[in-house]
Amino acid sequence: MSELSGGRWSPLRRNPGKRVLPGFALSMGISLLFISLILLLPVTGLLVQTAGMSWEQYWGVITDERVVASYKVTLWAAGIASLFNGIAGLLLAWVLVRYEFPGKRLIDALIDLPFALPTAVAGITLAALFAENGWYGQLLAELGIKVAFTPLGIVVAMSFTSLPFVVRTVQPVLEDLPVEDEEAAISMGASDLAVFRRILFPSLWPALMTGVALSFTRSLGEFGAVIFIAGNMPYVSEITSLMIFIRLQEFDYGAASAIASVVLIASLVLLLAINLWQARYLRRLHGR
Amino acid sequence: MSITLEQIDKSFGAFKALQGIELDIPDGELIGLLGPSGSGKTTLLRIIAGLESADSGRILFHGEDVTRRHVRERRVGFVFQHYALFRHMTVAQNIAFGLDVLPRKQRPSAAEIRQRVGNLLEMVQLSHLADRFPAQLSGGQKQRIALARALAMQPQVLLLDEPFGALDARVRKDLRRWLRSLHDELNFTSVFVTHDQEEALELSDRVVVMSAGHIEQVDTPEALYAKPDSRFVFDFLGHVNVLQGSLVGNRLASGDAWVQFPEEPAAAGEAQLYLRPHEVRLQLSPVGHAHLPLQVEAINLIGAEVRLELRPCGWQCDTLWEVGITHAEYHSWQPRRGDRCFAVPDVGHLFVAGHTQPQTLYWG
Repeated sequence: MSELSGGRWSPLRRNPGKRVLPGFALSMGISLLFISLILLLPVTGLLVQTAGMSWEQYWGVITDERVVASYKVTLWAAGIASLFNGIAGLLLAWVLVRYEFPGKRLIDALIDLPFALPTAVAGITLAALFAENGWYGQLLAELGIKVAFTPLGIVVAMSFTSLPFVVRTVQPVLEDLPVEDEEAAISMGASDLAVFRRILFPSLWPALMTGVALSFTRSLGEFGAVIFIAGNMPYVSEITSLMIFIRLQEFDYGAASAIASVVLIASLVLLLAINLWQARYLRRLHGR
Repeated sequence: MSITLEQIDKSFGAFKALQGIELDIPDGELIGLLGPSGSGKTTLLRIIAGLESADSGRILFHGEDVTRRHVRERRVGFVFQHYALFRHMTVAQNIAFGLDVLPRKQRPSAAEIRQRVGNLLEMVQLSHLADRFPAQLSGGQKQRIALARALAMQPQVLLLDEPFGALDARVRKDLRRWLRSLHDELNFTSVFVTHDQEEALELSDRVVVMSAGHIEQVDTPEALYAKPDSRFVFDFLGHVNVLQGSLVGNRLASGDAWVQFPEEPAAAGEAQLYLRPHEVRLQLSPVGHAHLPLQVEAINLIGAEVRLELRPCGWQCDTLWEVGITHAEYHSWQPRRGDRCFAVPDVGHLFVAGHTQPQTLYWG
C-alpha cells in the first residue's frame, strides 16, 4: 500500500502529507483576513472608542440607573422569549421531522422568514397586529391582556425574530436520531413519556441548549423589531439596544460603545460557556 | 414460548411485503429467516415483535392471540443490526434500562438491578466495560451488550435482526457460536434474520427461506441443502453449476456441451440441470455420459479443498462453474489458468420448464 501511494504511479500523491485540496496556507490566510476584517476589527474599534474613558466614567455610564433598568428589561424579555422558543421551536422541529403532511415544504421554508424579513418591518407588523384595535390585540384586550407598548410586546418581538435559531439547530439532530433507539426502548417496555424523557431528550438537549442560547443572544441585541412594539418607556420598556441608540443620537459615542461592550461581553461569555459545556457532553457520545 | 403465524399479509402502499405467511415455531427452537434483501424477512420479524402490524392474519404466542398486543406488552427481546445502544448512557445503564422503566411497583430495588446487570455483564463476558459509553466499544462488544440488554427482561422470545451483519468475518463467527451456546443454555425461542446462508445453515435448528414476500421452504439445514424444493432455494443456498439447454429424449444439450441421462426424464423441452460443486468431478478427457468442456479461470487454494472457477468452452452459462478438488488431486494434476478439462456429474437435479420441483438423477 505505501509502495503504491508513495510510488511513481501517481504524482499527485507523492507527498502523503498533502490534503485533498491544495493551498492550505492560502486558504487559511484568507480565512484569517476575513475574520479580522469582518469580526475582529469592528470589535476592536468598539473597544478603542471606550478606551478614551476612564474606568470611573466607564463604570458610571454602564451602571446608570436608566441603563441598568434597560438591562433588566432586556434580560427578562430575552430569557422568556428564548424559553418560549425552546418549547415552540422543539415542537416545530419535531412536527417537521417526524410527520408527513401537505404543505410541509412550505412551512419548512416559512420558518426562515424572520431571518429574511427586515426586522423593522416585523416590528411594525407586530405592533399593528397587537395594537388594541389590531387583529390579535382586540381579542387579547377582551381577556385583559395588553401586548403592544408593554414589556410583553418586547417578548413577542424577540421570540418572533429568533425562533429559527432553535428550529434550525434542533432539526438536523432530530433527523439523525435513529428510530431504532426508540423502538429498542419501547420493546423493553418503556412508556412514551419515558422514551421522550430518557432517550430523545438527552440526545436533543445539547442542540436545544445551543438553539436557545443563540436565540437568547440574538434577542439581547434585537433592535428593529422591538422598538416599534415596545413603547420605549424609560425604566419600563426600554431595551439596552435602544439605550445605545439614544446615546448615539446624543453624539456620545463613548457611552454608546461602553453600553455596547456590555452586551458584547455578555453574549460572548454565554456562547463560550455553551460551547464548552456542549463539547464536554458530546465527547461522551462520540468517545474520546 | 412457541410462536404461530397464521396467514400474515402486509403491504407498504402497492408493494406486497408479505403474502399468506404460515409458520409454526416450537418452544426453544432457534430458527433463521433467510432470504435476499426485499424478501420480507425483516418485516416478518418486526411483525412478530409488534414493531410493525400485519394487515391481516394472526400471531399466537404459546397459543394466545397477541396480534393486537402492543410491543410493550409482548415482552420480547429485540436485537437490532446496528445495536441501537443509547449513546448517552453507560453500558450498565443501557442494560438496566428495561428494569429502570418498570412501573414503581414492579421495579426491583436499585441493589437488585445492580446485581442483575452484573450477572448479565458476566454472561456476555464484559464486566470490565460497565462504566464505558457505547462509543468506546468495538462492534462485537456493542452487539454483546445489546444482547445482554435484550435479555435483561428475561424474555421468552428473542428476536434478532441481522445481528452479525455489521461485524467483520472473524468476530461474526465467534459471536455466532456464542449465541448458539447461550440459546442452548437459557432455552428461549429465538428467531433471527440473515441474508448470509452460511450463518443461517450453521446456527439454526431450522431455516425459513423467503423470497418476494412468501416462504419458499422451511426445513433443517441438511434437508434444505440436499433436497431443495425449488429453483430459488437451489440458487440461493450454496453455489450451483447450471447447464441450460433443450431436452430431447434423455439428452440435454447446449452448444458443445451435452449430458446423457441414465433414464428418460418425465418431460421434454427447455430444461436446466443443477449440479452442486461436490456432485461434479473433473477429468482431463470426457466420459460416455457427459461432455462438458471447461477452462480453468481461477484457483483458490485457501480452505479444506482447492476451489476451481471454470469457464464453459463452446457453450453458454450465466455464471462460472465452481468445482472443489482435494489438495492431493491438485498436486498430482497441477492445473493452471487456461487449462482445459471436462466435468463429470455423479448426481444431477433436472428442472424442466413448467415444473417447479426438480427431478434428481443418478449415474451408476
